[in-house]
Amino acid sequence: MNPFCEIAVEEAVRLKEKKLMKEVIAVSCGPQQCQETIRTALAMGADRGIHVEVSGKDYENLGPLQVSKIMAALAKKEEASLVIVGKQAIDGDCNQTGQMTAALLDWPQGTFASQVSVEGDGLKVEREIDGGLESIRIKMPAVVTADLRLNEPRYATLPNIMKAKKKKIASVKPADLGVELTSRLEILAVEDPPQRQSGVKVESVQDLVTKLRDSGTL
Amino acid sequence: MAFAGRLLTRSRLGSYVCRTRGLTANRIHRRHVVSCIDPSLGLTEEQKEFQKVAFDFAANEMAPHMAVWDEKEIFPVDTMRKAAQLGFGGIYVQPEMGGSGLSRLDTSIIFEALSTGCVSTTAYISIHNMCAWMIDTFGSEEQRHRYCPQLCSMEKFASYCLTEPGSGSDAASLLTTAKRDGDHYVLNGSKAFISGAGDTDVYVVMCRTGGKGAKGISCLVVEKGTPGLGFGKKERKVGWNSQPTRAVIFEDCVVPVANRLGEEGQGFTIAMKGLNGGRINIASCSLGAAHASVLLARDHLKVRKQFGEALSNSQFLQFKLAEMATRLVASRLMVRQAALALQEDRLDAVTLCSMAKLFATDECFAICNQSLQMHGGYGYLKDYAVQQFVRDIRVHQILEGTNEVMRMIVSRNLLQE
Repeated sequence: MNPFCEIAVEEAVRLKEKKLMKEVIAVSCGPQQCQETIRTALAMGADRGIHVEVSGKDYENLGPLQVSKIMAALAKKEEASLVIVGKQAIDGDCNQTGQMTAALLDWPQGTFASQVSVEGDGLKVEREIDGGLESIRIKMPAVVTADLRLNEPRYATLPNIMKAKKKKIASVKPADLGVELTSRLEILAVEDPPQRQSGVKVESVQDLVTKLRDSGTL
Repeated sequence: MAFAGRLLTRSRLGSYVCRTRGLTANRIHRRHVVSCIDPSLGLTEEQKEFQKVAFDFAANEMAPHMAVWDEKEIFPVDTMRKAAQLGFGGIYVQPEMGGSGLSRLDTSIIFEALSTGCVSTTAYISIHNMCAWMIDTFGSEEQRHRYCPQLCSMEKFASYCLTEPGSGSDAASLLTTAKRDGDHYVLNGSKAFISGAGDTDVYVVMCRTGGKGAKGISCLVVEKGTPGLGFGKKERKVGWNSQPTRAVIFEDCVVPVANRLGEEGQGFTIAMKGLNGGRINIASCSLGAAHASVLLARDHLKVRKQFGEALSNSQFLQFKLAEMATRLVASRLMVRQAALALQEDRLDAVTLCSMAKLFATDECFAICNQSLQMHGGYGYLKDYAVQQFVRDIRVHQILEGTNEVMRMIVSRNLLQE
């Protein structure tokens, strides 16, 4: 499981244990192996799982926009009050799915969350931003994306792993949710960054100025 | 740590064990396991889940400390209790007694994974598990209720007391006596090399209630604090330093008859049945050490350069690494097969357990030793983990039945009429 998503699952389970949420549903989009990931979430305390079957070429082209369409459709179908996801996946590093999901649903979003608390019918989210920490209050239903310091995920216990076997994982196709998967992106090329060229040493400031003038930089 | 206070109680609502701070970030950079020696190959989904928890726990909670536990001879009670909260305190004890009710194969997989974090601590946990199982299997309802829940949570720790100064391999010749006097026994004698002794709470003791030989031996549970129960000095060992080893001394130690597991004369059978599983567990610990050592060797060969190229380009070392991997997988197959045989109660189970213990402990020691050699001079430094794996698993060829005794068991089976 993507480490940030693990943090998201942990937060969801903690909210349920504090009786602030009724049910935790773990969702994964992809081929058969996704069921393993969902089982891990169930072993951590999620109540049930939904596996959105996407395989082959469709899976290769699956990007944040497609996933967020699926998440938005499921959030409406399940009448969710909160969608909590990892801030980004460690393979793509896109950091887009949570934000796009919120936009598609027209829900408020609390991204890069390092703390989440329920206040009345909304959430107070502390966000990690470049300048430090920002606290915002958002109404529910909302989308939250989990950052590294939100919590430390629990280990699944042996009894919980066994109980997870009995929990249900429903299988669903994107078409059933009315989601079309064609990607509007086409990867043209993937290249390594150019090899760094070695520089030139100069003896004095005058030399440096002369060289910069000669190369047209000055 | 915020949850330290809750570790001792088994609260039903929402008690969980978090990873130690700051280590989740490391997982983001975790490498994939090398494919042909991947220990998850051939396992069921559920077994892979168990193994994953054990590997995670080993990497986060044990591996960072294994060197200091060894150097400072620390018995890591808090870490073991954390492990118990995940269900590792009584892996094959029945759930109604607080155990996890898993199979012998599940247990082997778990100990193999935990061992990659610290062999010595995992080996102690396996001994503790063995004692909890013995009480769960041979104890009365009352005894099971009295001991098993607290052992499974590791609120209390256990020790297995069979060996004496005068009887190691010849275990049935033990001399510690237990003289019946009404509603109690009076114990006199001493046990040697007892893992955990002095720091543990519950002692499963094999002692002589009847005549000579195996049939005169019974099994008594003795609790710490019982008058007449004393301990020798803490032994200084080459490895297994995260668990204390001491002699256990009985001087007119009074133990209630209600503490006897099973019938008089059944003690040796109980001890041996415990050891069948114990041997698989110890062999599994060797597997974990060998697995970790192969990965360490592999990484070192890729990084270390001599004669202008990485060591991994040397055909000799490539072949050596291949042999190590092959012998590791062969050992693993034997141990897992023995675990299956034991849980299915097959006729060859006892012999297979002995064969697996013999084979795996010998092979895995050779693997760890070869890995140390591949590290060159660095392998001999305590800054590098490989020497601790070598030192820790060396004793696996000796305890829970020496590998010589394993040969006795196998040859006896072959030569029987």
